[in-house]
Amino acid sequence: MRIPILKLHNYLLISIQVEMDDNTAIQFQEDLLDKIHQTGASGVVIDLTSVEIIDSFIAKVLGDVVKMSDLMGAKVVLTGIQPAVAVTLIDLGIHLQDVPTALNLEQGLIKLRQELGE
Amino acid sequence: MTMDLQSCVTIEKEWDIVKARQLGREVAQKAGFGTVDQARIATAISELARNIYLYTDGGKLCFEIIDNVEQKGISMLSVDNGPGIEDISQVMEDGYSTSGGLGAGLPGVKRLVDQFDIQSEKGKGTEIRAVKWVR
Ligand SMILES: Nc1ncnc2c1ncn2[C@@H]1O[C@H](COP(=O)(O)OP(=O)(O)OP(=O)(O)O)[C@@H](O)[C@H]1O
Ligand SMILES: [Mg+2]
Repeated sequence: MRIPILKLHNYLLISIQVEMDDNTAIQFQEDLLDKIHQTGASGVVIDLTSVEIIDSFIAKVLGDVVKMSDLMGAKVVLTGIQPAVAVTLIDLGIHLQDVPTALNLEQGLIKLRQELGE
Repeated sequence: MTMDLQSCVTIEKEWDIVKARQLGREVAQKAGFGTVDQARIATAISELARNIYLYTDGGKLCFEIIDNVEQKGISMLSVDNGPGIEDISQVMEDGYSTSGGLGAGLPGVKRLVDQFDIQSEKGKGTEIRAVKWVR
């Protein structure tokens, strides 16, 4: 299964709508880095509104994706983390401290513009 | 004490991790857990199932609803016949991982549930029982 990545101006938008198994998560990581490289996108919003569970593996993949994109010069914002997911992440001891987050896609785009000083 | 029929998922392929947490969530919903606790239960199951997938040649996860006079809850049992865990206190430390993971799985599961027991014998396998009560 592949997660679609949309391009909007110089941003990439992703809304994760599938139940993410480990392979899907890893494939997504690769696809996103490729897409950043191809498009020269400066910002990425990953919307997690439909994601009902983030376990330690998926959290690691997401955290890595943010760091790797950053290395390539693209800022990532995670949006729409459900309350139940936020609670379980804290129980797991995962704080995603350096990861910019926002309430929803719209706020995410605003945050990106701020982060990028655009 | 009455117990529902036990449901089990054998963990062999990667997708079985997803199957286990989906089934676990269903059972949790049936038991009357709210959405946050359903997510906690599904996450705990995902961690246990992935550990079986990563560190053993196979095992299974079984769930059942516990329904007695005072309390209702879900019991999650993870059984494998993998290499076993030599130093249990070490794997229960946050950040300890032999696979380059976050090492958040087992200590995380312990925090996600109300009761957590782990038994392991080197060369024989590991058995973990976790229980969460409906509040
Ligand atoms: N069922 C098991 N059989 C044998 N060893 C195990 C088992 N489960 C866990 N372990 C060992 O315990 C260590 C810690 O497990 P834990 O789930 O806490 O972290 P992890 O799997 O390494 O990383 P994460 O779960 O954060 O992705 C593992 O790295 C592994 O060495
Ligand atoms: Mg683990």
